Amino acid sequence: MPEQLVFAMEVFLNGLMAGVLYALVALGFVLIFKASGIFNYAQGVMALFSALTLVGIMEGQVPFSHIINAVFGTEIHHFGWHVPALLAILITMAVMVLFAWIVQRYIFRHLVGQEPIILFMATIGLAYFLEGVGDLMWGSEIKKLDVGLPQGINDWIDLTTYNIFDYGFFIDNLDIVATVIAALLVAALVIFSQYSKEGRAMRAVADDHQAALSVGVSLNFIWIMVWSVAGFVALVAGIMWGTKSGVQFSLSLIALKALPVLMLGGFTSIPGAIVGGLIIGVGEKLFEFAIGPMVGGATENWFAYVLALIFLVFRPQGLFGEKIIERV
Amino acid sequence: MFYREAGDFKTSYTDDNQTFPIKFDRYRYYVVLAVAFGIIPFIINDYWANAFLLPFLIYSIAAIGLNILTGYCGQVSLGTGGFMAVGAYACYKLMTSFPDVNIFFHVIAAGGITAIVCAAFGLPSLRIKGFYLAVATLAAQFFLVWLFNKVEWFYNYSASGQINAPERFVFGVPVTGANTDAWATYLFCLVFLTISAIVARNMTRGMQGRKWMAIRDMDIAAEIIGVNPMRAKLSAFAVSGFFIGISGALFFAVYLGAVEVGEVFGIQKSFLVLFMIIIGGLGSIFGSFAGAAFLVLLPVLLKLIGVDLLGWPTDIVAHFNLVIVGALIIVFLIAEPHGIAQLWRVAKEKLRLWPFPH
Amino acid sequence: MLDNAEGYVTEDGRKIGGVVMEMKNITLRFGGVVAIKDISFDIRQGEIRAIIGPNGAGKSSMLNVISGFYVPQEGQVLFKGEPRPQMKPYEVAQQGIARTFQNIALFEGMTVLDNVMTGRLNKMNSGLLSQAIWKGKAEREEVENREKAENIIDFLEIQHIRKTPVARLPYGLKKRVELARALVSEPSILLLDEPMAGMNVEEKEDMSRFILDVNDEFGTTIALIEHDMGVVMDLSDRVVVMDYGKKIGDGTPNDIRNNQAVIDAYLGVAHD
Repeated sequence: MPEQLVFAMEVFLNGLMAGVLYALVALGFVLIFKASGIFNYAQGVMALFSALTLVGIMEGQVPFSHIINAVFGTEIHHFGWHVPALLAILITMAVMVLFAWIVQRYIFRHLVGQEPIILFMATIGLAYFLEGVGDLMWGSEIKKLDVGLPQGINDWIDLTTYNIFDYGFFIDNLDIVATVIAALLVAALVIFSQYSKEGRAMRAVADDHQAALSVGVSLNFIWIMVWSVAGFVALVAGIMWGTKSGVQFSLSLIALKALPVLMLGGFTSIPGAIVGGLIIGVGEKLFEFAIGPMVGGATENWFAYVLALIFLVFRPQGLFGEKIIERV
Repeated sequence: MFYREAGDFKTSYTDDNQTFPIKFDRYRYYVVLAVAFGIIPFIINDYWANAFLLPFLIYSIAAIGLNILTGYCGQVSLGTGGFMAVGAYACYKLMTSFPDVNIFFHVIAAGGITAIVCAAFGLPSLRIKGFYLAVATLAAQFFLVWLFNKVEWFYNYSASGQINAPERFVFGVPVTGANTDAWATYLFCLVFLTISAIVARNMTRGMQGRKWMAIRDMDIAAEIIGVNPMRAKLSAFAVSGFFIGISGALFFAVYLGAVEVGEVFGIQKSFLVLFMIIIGGLGSIFGSFAGAAFLVLLPVLLKLIGVDLLGWPTDIVAHFNLVIVGALIIVFLIAEPHGIAQLWRVAKEKLRLWPFPH
Repeated sequence: MLDNAEGYVTEDGRKIGGVVMEMKNITLRFGGVVAIKDISFDIRQGEIRAIIGPNGAGKSSMLNVISGFYVPQEGQVLFKGEPRPQMKPYEVAQQGIARTFQNIALFEGMTVLDNVMTGRLNKMNSGLLSQAIWKGKAEREEVENREKAENIIDFLEIQHIRKTPVARLPYGLKKRVELARALVSEPSILLLDEPMAGMNVEEKEDMSRFILDVNDEFGTTIALIEHDMGVVMDLSDRVVVMDYGKKIGDGTPNDIRNNQAVIDAYLGVAHD
């Protein structure tokens, strides 16, 4: 088999897995958007914040230690204990649920009925706010995250592909684990939203707030639930990306990557988020592989957006979004 | 009782249409102009010019530009950083290719070039609306930053990838480069701001402004009563691009002097200008000024209080800045979605009745 | 009925001209739903033509076809005898067709005066550059057109609210402002979509008076959709009746009053 083709296959597989991660992040967005019409720009920062909190708890960091030291002249940084990964994850999840409650009660309850763009801008404000708080609480240096997930090149794949293609594919164990977890999570979310009572209530709220209220659905409860689920998705995404590249500011830029995924897939569609994520993941990597060297590289910065833009011009509602019929 | 219209009757439509119908407002406007042109140049120093006045003037122009596109015409754009970069690099290429032409014209030409680029990136707005359009403008943002980074022609093949503004003069006084005086750079930018504000005011008060607002409020009805949506939207992008381009050119040439595109004109810039018009007030020229002043002043004040007064390390103060800006955005969106401009309007209404409560 | 080209004079002395607009075999579909099924009728110069029918009959869709907003899959629209080529809605407006909307479509971010002034947009043509300068051509044009707008504002008695943001107005006044916006463009054909909806008796009388005045003073051709039978019988010269996308009646109010198919449609008699 020609060498370039083999390389391309490797790129394709890596793209698929990147795509699954994108889909996971995009899912968080779709959930909130479906239930409340809000596009949560803060989803990425939520991933960062949850990862920071997780590391902080595991390492026994003292929250806000920086300020406390600056104001009081003390030098405390750590409590001195280490919390096992699983327990830390549970505690972090509790923090995210608290966060969901606060966000719902103090922000979005007051913005019911506003136009989507106002809601979007509120989430941008929320993103800035949360980033600042995260930095103040846990410090802004890069942190290493290790919850016990396997990392490093997968030897079995390396060996097998070497035997077949004379070239060992470099596929990271972490990516495989991430793909599996993401796939499981996506399946769980789909089952939840389609078959459970709460999921049905969520879909009712997404369709028509008033109607849902009139059959006894508590909007506040649903919204807190949705933000909590989004928080959970953010945590998983934060763990995956944080393990891979360390917990740092760039984690919050995942939000920006999810946008073209949603544009492609349609903002209200779960299958759309998945398909869109895969298309962008593969497309990005293949484009950079094929065309990148000719134009100086780093095309991944913009390719996803341009692809989504072109796609939108021909199909404004995305792949799976509902067709918009304008009435006067 | 000193702020009133009683007895001040308009006898012609021209009078009724003026920008400041109430006499008090008009005099206040003249006073502000007198102070800005006549007093500040004599008392300004380098610190205040660089920390507040220059960025305020320059961001006000950008805010006016974005306000026309987003506030008046309703087309949300997250590409402001990228378009400012177009203005900056256009100015740079013009300055280095035509060193004998006065920089004044280069800035205006940079504005023109940005207008064309902005209109081109505005073409998708004919098919894509609202929120999707905002995301589509991100394509412009990321692509433009990548372009100015990768294509070496734009930075004249310099090894650092940076562009540096060569020294240029207006009436014999340097306004770019290392030897400038605060009053000179200040006045240069002030002139651009004043002309921009007047032009923006004129365009938004007439039929063009109404067409834009009609598209914003109900684009289908607007088309049915006769607004050509393509012309209206593209003209909004173009005019907006013109102002944003001028702002970018000034930001590079006069304020910073040297620019590396990824740091200066990234997406954070787009958000910053967007926040300015949200906090200041969408669809209001005054709001553009208010928002720019607010967001330029806030970190300066925070630094004064946090670092100089309380002795905290600068990175903590920077984090606080994020927290406060984020919180303010949310507070404004909840409590006063029409921004400072609306607060100002309400205050003036109350003032008109003062000392009566209603 | 009457020869297309001929006009006639009504009992109370109003002049009705020849056919100015004609729908020929219009069929309009949205996916699987047929909104308008093979409908033909005409509108004469200077007349008041009512389009009536039960809810969902396709009346607003018909107005949208006339406005150019919906493009029928089959059939033709003839304007002044010539088949109208497929046009964008704003081009239709430029031909002199103005309208109001069923669910008020005013520009809520602007004042009453600004809304009415938008109706003049096809009469004003100073370019971007003149507007940027303002003094001179742009200002002169603005003042001239302001006068025209003020005349209509007087006519519809909304002077007291001219600087009020439209969003603050009650429903009845909003409808009047919408009518002003449509009128100020000096249209040859005025399309009114349920102008009386949601109004009490007094407001209906006011609106009826305005409509008659418009037709009387300016000779404007008016096509209106209306549910109030009393209004329809009193105001209109001729009536088209639609039901489930089909035309079931076409004639003077008296003809329609006694038409069994029309009575059945309104009383809800089962049919296919």
